[in-house]
Amino acid sequence: MIPALVILLSFQLVGEIAARGLGMPLPGPVIGLILLVVSCSIRPKLAEMLRPVVRGLLGNLSLFFVPAGVGVVAHMAEFRSDGLAIALALTVSTALAIAAGALVFKLVVQITGQNKQ
Amino acid sequence: MSDPALIWSYLSRGPLLWLTATLAAYWIGDRIFNAARRQSWANPVMIAVILLAILLELTGTTYQTYFEGAQFVHFMLGPATVALGMPLYDNLHRVRKALLPLAVALLAGSLTAVVSVLVIAKATGLSDVMLASLAPKSTTAPVAIGIAEGLGGEPTITAVLVLLTGIFGAVIATPLLNLLRVHDWRARGFALGVAAHGIGTARAFQVNETAGAFAGIGMGLNAILTAIIAPLVLHLFQ
Repeated sequence: MIPALVILLSFQLVGEIAARGLGMPLPGPVIGLILLVVSCSIRPKLAEMLRPVVRGLLGNLSLFFVPAGVGVVAHMAEFRSDGLAIALALTVSTALAIAAGALVFKLVVQITGQNKQ
Repeated sequence: MSDPALIWSYLSRGPLLWLTATLAAYWIGDRIFNAARRQSWANPVMIAVILLAILLELTGTTYQTYFEGAQFVHFMLGPATVALGMPLYDNLHRVRKALLPLAVALLAGSLTAVVSVLVIAKATGLSDVMLASLAPKSTTAPVAIGIAEGLGGEPTITAVLVLLTGIFGAVIATPLLNLLRVHDWRARGFALGVAAHGIGTARAFQVNETAGAFAGIGMGLNAILTAIIAPLVLHLFQ
């Protein structure tokens, strides 16, 4: 468990250094995510070694954003005054994004003639 | 016997109480979620947030005090984001097989998510802080929180907006995609993952295994793409 944690944290650390040091637009952990994909592609053994800890982290992923979510108590005033506008933006945008992604995928598959799996 | 007020004043200052409360609230949320047969509307995070919000209100505890205990849980967002690379790595063969539709649909879904939310938010007169907090709403929470911080948004508002987006997306996906006559499980799952991140992905897995795998790919790729495009698009609206 400890070696896997060291590797995951190191990827994040390198990501943070790259994000701040090189002024990259990506958050440090996202650079760490890319590093993980690249490293595992180069050394598949690494993926097997990380897998148990990764499974533990991803299995409880939603727990980790509870503290940030509770922060809503500090912003109840905004949600009360702008609730309708926020709800409108959020719902319409999410529906549009699902529709756009699915229809474009379908269209490209039809154009390129890639059959279903 | 010591005075209960003294015990309370000791506990309310340390991290132990609120760390325990956070885990306990999530546990209760997860139990309710399972009892509701894992329906999207019974989201365990939403339940935990409501329970903790009520508890803070009743005990007169500030968010800052609460966060001193909860920060240990919050910290795990970083390594968990790195860990999201693993499902992406596991599905690289699927990505290679459908590279073109995935790439174009990713761009379409991701841009639509960011641009449309900002257009509506701007038109309805929401503040710049709210715009920055809304921009990454379709991205998985740990990444969205990081993006919002970088854009001058309010990460705690973003966390809630991300949750609501995921729940809404998961609830409407099936009727919406049936209406649009999209029957390819890859397209359905991928679009849901891009627009409604982990909660959408969990929903996709409930419906179909292929849809779930592609939703996971969509969530992972959109985390990367939104981090790049959200600052660029937001710039046009400020």
